[in-house]
Amino acid sequence: MFRFIVRRLLQMVLTFFGATFLVYALMFAAQSDPIQALVGERPITDSQRAALTERYHLNDSFLQQYWYYVKGLLTGDLGTSLTGRRISDMLADAWPVTLRLSLMAIIFAATIAIVAGVVSGIRRGSIFDNATLFVTLIVLAMPIVVLAPLAQLIFGIKLGWFPPTAGRDATLYQLLLPAAVLASLVVATELRVTRASVAENMRADYVRTARAKALTRSRVIGVHVLRNSLIPVVTLIGVDIGGLMSGAIVTEKVFNIPGVGFNLFRGIRTEDGPLVVGFVSFLVIVFLVVNLLVDLLYAVLDPRIRYE
Amino acid sequence: MRGNGPWKMAAGAAAIALLAAGCSSGSSNDDQTVPNTISIGIAEPESLVPTNTTESNGSQVLSSLFYPLVNFDEKSTPYLVAAESITHDKANKVWTIKLRPGFTFSNGEPVTSDNYINAWNYGAYGPNGQLASFYFSKIEGYAAMQAVDPDGTGPKKAEPPKATKLTGLKKINDTTFQVTLTSGFAGWESLMGYDCFYPLPKAAFASEGVLTKDFGEAPIGNGPFKMKGKWQHDSQIQVEKVADFKGTVPKVDGITWKIYQDQGAEYADLVAGNVDVQTKIPIESLASASGDLGDRLQKSPSSSFSFVGFPIYEKEFANRDVRRALSMAINREDMTDQIFLGSETPAKSFVSPVVEGYKPNTCGENCEYNPIKAKQLYTAAGGPKDIKISYNVDGGHKAWVDAMCNQIKGSLGINCTGVGEPKFADLLKKVEKKESVGLIRLGWVMDYPLMEDYLGPLYTTDGSSNYYGYSNPAFDDLVRQGDDAPTTAQAEKLWGQAETILAQDMPVIPLRFGQNVFGHSEKVTNVNMDLFQKVDIYKIELAE
Repeated sequence: MFRFIVRRLLQMVLTFFGATFLVYALMFAAQSDPIQALVGERPITDSQRAALTERYHLNDSFLQQYWYYVKGLLTGDLGTSLTGRRISDMLADAWPVTLRLSLMAIIFAATIAIVAGVVSGIRRGSIFDNATLFVTLIVLAMPIVVLAPLAQLIFGIKLGWFPPTAGRDATLYQLLLPAAVLASLVVATELRVTRASVAENMRADYVRTARAKALTRSRVIGVHVLRNSLIPVVTLIGVDIGGLMSGAIVTEKVFNIPGVGFNLFRGIRTEDGPLVVGFVSFLVIVFLVVNLLVDLLYAVLDPRIRYE
Repeated sequence: MRGNGPWKMAAGAAAIALLAAGCSSGSSNDDQTVPNTISIGIAEPESLVPTNTTESNGSQVLSSLFYPLVNFDEKSTPYLVAAESITHDKANKVWTIKLRPGFTFSNGEPVTSDNYINAWNYGAYGPNGQLASFYFSKIEGYAAMQAVDPDGTGPKKAEPPKATKLTGLKKINDTTFQVTLTSGFAGWESLMGYDCFYPLPKAAFASEGVLTKDFGEAPIGNGPFKMKGKWQHDSQIQVEKVADFKGTVPKVDGITWKIYQDQGAEYADLVAGNVDVQTKIPIESLASASGDLGDRLQKSPSSSFSFVGFPIYEKEFANRDVRRALSMAINREDMTDQIFLGSETPAKSFVSPVVEGYKPNTCGENCEYNPIKAKQLYTAAGGPKDIKISYNVDGGHKAWVDAMCNQIKGSLGINCTGVGEPKFADLLKKVEKKESVGLIRLGWVMDYPLMEDYLGPLYTTDGSSNYYGYSNPAFDDLVRQGDDAPTTAQAEKLWGQAETILAQDMPVIPLRFGQNVFGHSEKVTNVNMDLFQKVDIYKIELAE
């Protein structure tokens, strides 16, 4: 177990530098004129351009710029955004609300997916199964750019059940609606995977054995089937957590949540290389850690799995 | 029951996470509890250092924290605010500014001439990279403060400039100082109404000419409000009333500038009553806005001017009649009604109606929709069979560019395509390299309310935004004469003459003048917007 974790951590270091290098290279290639992007459509004087170019090392070669970045990173400095703010401050501002939002969304999604997935897995072909199939199809087909403003219009403005926007210091209540919208992104797939997995395990030999031993139905399903069926679902949820934390661009925009997704979007739009790379580096770490946790969780679900 | 332990742990961890999430949000919305405060929606400002603020969001916040030398009435004529008098010599070259006595910054420091001189020097000094620094370029000594990179974009670094102070600024006494310009300029008083001419307190400077690192996070100004806490980036900026303010006292006790990333979200909050003023209703909400807001949806003139420029360096557009014909082929009214739903108005002059000296319809028949005459002219002049209109796709221009193309196709029977470039900067680069881009989508918002601020940058030979290469010495000469004229009335007369030259030459096709389309909640009343897209914070008040 210990050796496994150490090995994974070492792999993480490699992955981390590989990923940041790639992102840095991509941002560098996509950059056309960040200084013009900074001032908008206004003309910029030569001396201003010179001063800003100097300040952000925009004149240096790619490897030199990457070296500045890594040097900063190793001393715990994520650098400065082209707007002059420290990226570590921006992360500290943006991270908590995104974390809360994505945790809430994943709890929503996982609860619905597992409960409904188990039920339809047990009663394949029933009305409930067909109904969930239909509903998840609709949710899968509905892009979030439609779903989010629609939910805001109906539940936020017309019915007035929820506040239409959230903001950085949002309460749990304010985050309910955006979290539900965000959950709809992942709930359908998670539900399908749960259903398939449960349905398959219901036919397994050990379930028949358990039944033959006259165990109660709730014990057969609740312990024997569920536990074995959850392994693929947990993997999926782990990936989803990473995805939701980085990918809530549309939801954060519609509900005015200044989180990670919004900052990434802004960074890309304004060609703010340091901002994008800073946030992505952090996301890479989150992704790696979550995946490590998921791998460790397998052992909890299936004691046969051993880490060497 | 092996494995139950970890499950309990997981459940416990989730519960703690949620609890923590809930707890950390206890402090929000305290602005609701303070009576007589309002909230106004903005986007995240780029900066709150006056000399580095060139966009309307930062400018709006600064207007509550600072008290300008001059402000503008509805006709955009300047009147004195923090200045007691502003006088000038005959040539409009040496300007003497006398400050009203007794004013202090919100930290208690008295406002003196030095505060202005230091702030302006900071803004003008090239290596500080302040975005508004070009406003100081009319003052003597500006050029010597700019670094010149010896090899352009090459690896050599620019030597820091020797001069760190504007030689044109001279302190007479604590409340009087003198500004000497490089050449006469009748509109200097108007120019000084701009944000970058605000004073900065001694507390703003860490040492001479160096701003403290965090000044922009909580600026200290000489205005009616002061910062309550720091700038909460991407979230909000709160300001509260300064006790015993000597100038005009606003009617509200505090303002929360709520920061929105998206106008759609802001509009949802406006309808739900969570924000009191939205200064720009998004175009996709315009159709439903009058139903949602009723008479709380309002319009006011703005200085924005949309047009397309002809790349005059290209042979096919060198003929004046081709340019005239294309302008006549366009139905401006149709475009503003159908696509902008009346939120913009048709433009038939080369300067915005909000500046003094504006005359309607200076463009004359060249801007009247006349497809028959347009076609005759175009055929006679041998205009190109195929034209392009280039625009940047990130600005929501596609709809009207396509409509304009369709009108041109319909009127002239030629082919027209809209070409999208990812960003405005990409478009500019192509124009600079003189690549074939066809007509260029452009826009302008004034920096100071003078005709010259349209005529100079957009149409003079060395104008900063004259991307299309229009050059007419007679026009340049008239604009310069206007700058030197002893009174603004005389200046406007000369500038008016210059504008008639434009109507003959048609270097651009004027298309639309903008309007502020704004809305407010039931909580507030007396909401007015000025020409700079800012809410008048002195007039706004709570509804009874």
